[in-house]
Amino acid sequence: MFGYYLDLALRSLKRNKALTALMVLALALGIGATITTLTTLRVLAGDPLPGRSARLFYPQLDHGPREGYVPGQSEPDMTMAYPDAMNLVHARRATRQAAMALAQAKIVPQRANEHPYFTNGVMTTADFFALFGVPFKYGGGWTADDDERRAPLAVIAEDLNDKLFDGADSVGRTVRINDRDFRVVGVLKHWAPQPRFYTQGLGGRSYGDGDAVFLPLQSARAARMGPQDLECYSNLTDINHIETEPCEWLGVWVELDDAAAVASYKAFLDGYARQQVALGRLQRPSTALRDMMAWLRHVQVVPDDVRMQTYLAFGFLLICVVNTVGLLLAKCLRRSREIGVRRALGATRRAIFGQFMVEAAIVGLAGGVLGLLLAELGLWGVRHQPAEYASLARLDLGMFALTFAVAFVSSLLAGLLPAWRASLVAPAPQLKAA
Amino acid sequence: MQIRPILAALRKHRLATLLIALEIALACAVLCNACFLIATRMSAMDIRSGVDEAALAQVKLDCDDCNANDLNARVLSGLGKIPGVRSVSVINTVPFGDHAGTAGISLDPAGQHFGGVVDFYVAGPGSFEALGLKRVAGAPPGPDDYRRIDTTFLPADASVWVTRALAEHLWPGADPLGKEFWMDKFHFRVAGVLAHFARPGGGEGGPSTREWSVFVPTLPGKDLSGVYLLRAEPGQLPRVLRDARAAAVKLAPEAVLDQQASRTIGELRDRYFESDRAMAGILLGVIVALLLVTALGIVGLASFWVAQRRKQIGVRRALGATRGDILRYFQTENFLIVSLGIALGMLLAYALNLTLMEFYELPRLPLSYLPVGAAALWALGQLAVLAPALRAAAVPPVVATRSV
Repeated sequence: MFGYYLDLALRSLKRNKALTALMVLALALGIGATITTLTTLRVLAGDPLPGRSARLFYPQLDHGPREGYVPGQSEPDMTMAYPDAMNLVHARRATRQAAMALAQAKIVPQRANEHPYFTNGVMTTADFFALFGVPFKYGGGWTADDDERRAPLAVIAEDLNDKLFDGADSVGRTVRINDRDFRVVGVLKHWAPQPRFYTQGLGGRSYGDGDAVFLPLQSARAARMGPQDLECYSNLTDINHIETEPCEWLGVWVELDDAAAVASYKAFLDGYARQQVALGRLQRPSTALRDMMAWLRHVQVVPDDVRMQTYLAFGFLLICVVNTVGLLLAKCLRRSREIGVRRALGATRRAIFGQFMVEAAIVGLAGGVLGLLLAELGLWGVRHQPAEYASLARLDLGMFALTFAVAFVSSLLAGLLPAWRASLVAPAPQLKAA
Repeated sequence: MQIRPILAALRKHRLATLLIALEIALACAVLCNACFLIATRMSAMDIRSGVDEAALAQVKLDCDDCNANDLNARVLSGLGKIPGVRSVSVINTVPFGDHAGTAGISLDPAGQHFGGVVDFYVAGPGSFEALGLKRVAGAPPGPDDYRRIDTTFLPADASVWVTRALAEHLWPGADPLGKEFWMDKFHFRVAGVLAHFARPGGGEGGPSTREWSVFVPTLPGKDLSGVYLLRAEPGQLPRVLRDARAAAVKLAPEAVLDQQASRTIGELRDRYFESDRAMAGILLGVIVALLLVTALGIVGLASFWVAQRRKQIGVRRALGATRGDILRYFQTENFLIVSLGIALGMLLAYALNLTLMEFYELPRLPLSYLPVGAAALWALGQLAVLAPALRAAAVPPVVATRSV
């Protein structure tokens, strides 16, 4: 039966080539726009560390003043002051924990005719690499001992290693950063999680390339490296010693393996905040401990513009579907006589309904194929947009399948009403009219 | 033109009529809001910087370990020798550059009466003339107005030039000349008022604070070095900047040339508004695609109706209707359907605007967008229906005599 419907549908579509092309084109435009924006949105709202993100948590404390504090409602600060970050790292209450801040690192090439330049750096503590599962090409990270000793060590990214050492194993060699010598202990394999979750709240970009140098926090500070983002909550006496000043500039990530560990860490964090309030260092006891995806939602990492484009695309698809409904309806009403003949010859209402749904599905399939091409074109356009996430916009297998799912669902939805109307056609009046 | 027969005919095609009207309504809602979003972006891009953008460029050198006075001397004399350079001066930042002197001010020394967050342009001799700032009151800064920075950031006591927008905010209705304000312990006296001078990164407090800028004449030194304002002879700016960038690297080999910031003001402006322009382009693309799809839908459905009613058209023609009557029939029919869609669409447009306002910082949709959107859709409908209607008008009366 299906083969027969298919044959009928193809004949009918062929008879009205212009109209069929029109329906397919309209549907394809809607699908192309929707898939383009959905792909972008999916990349931007994606999981930066699949398999690991559920175990990573971002503790927060509140340095705000006593005034305006509403228990249970005040949102804690995005970053921490140095003493708190160090206390949490040293407490070792999680499986792994690291404090971090972003910095501009001045690289001074050791070859003639090359000028110094700035690159993106991370000042952090020893657990950073194991915590985030960062892959190494050569060597490895540094130890907690190195952190305490302020050892001038550096882990560099593959790109920088290619640039400075032509891609050779540079472990043990020296790289000059901020006019100080640092010894390379590790070279990363390409590592650029998207979105760049660990830069959120620290004043970094949300998408794009990975960072180039990773330095022990205190060694970097000794080389006069300053954090990208610094928020001070009362008057300063010396801007250069932000470790002891009332300023927040560090983010802390911890790894917690199960719900019990999360609950006990939250209790520890609350206890710590209360203790600091008792000591007079903090005024507010509020804390937060969000997992990675919740943290990314909280900081609204996906740009507003991308969200708006997605709504627009869906609105556009809706208009395209309404358009297809109208055209299919006009078409099926015009074929009342043909339907009447088929009904008189014994076709059931269900058979007529099926026949028109098959016709709609074929339009959907064609719209999906053309829509896929348009989506590729749209994504090519997105990649040429001036946005930091531009290069990430690519179609993958999942979105490929989704394109056809959207195409079928929208064409079948569009086909429902016309097919139902067609199945209601009574055979007798149509035959009489002829 | 009789409307009643048209309505009677439409009542027979209630579903198709409603669908086209619904499509028009959705198109109307999206069209009005997309146009409004484009207009909002465009007006945000329309900042008057108040400086001669076409003649100015910034060269930025980062150097923590340099002797600032030595660096200034080397760069000022070196860049000044480049052919086509009219002047080189030291400044902390330029419009559309990085924020460098953003701070809150107060109207009393105790800091009780908060005046707002402004941007300080800390700028060396020659920069006032180079920027091409237009005064509306006061004299330009003289050589004695340029003060030394004693502690950090700003001169402790200085004559300053503020914009008209800032003056009206701080002292509404009063003559700002001679008025005083403070930033922490720093004390300032207004010596002149500028027509326009945009702060570096637009206005953080919204469009009305966009020009809250203060020009502070300052002598270059430890806390004012590294950023240089180039003014080129007319038409020579791109070449001058290229030469200046190359020269700066040679003049200060230990410093890092900021590649992103060392640009003409025009380039900085373009980059500052890049994403706004891209978004406006996308919205424009959506509007075009939307109108196209809507028009195609109308063409398709109207063609079907014409084909379906060939016999009726033939009968009307045989009974004496002219070609013009038939043409006007389909045009009026289209007008009625589109009007229904527009009526529904205006409500939808408002609802969509309210939803957008909830999620984005967006003002209310001005009522003037509705008639413009309606006119556009009426025109679109008439254009789309023209070809099918002409085909209908071409149906010969003899059709009436044929059986099928």
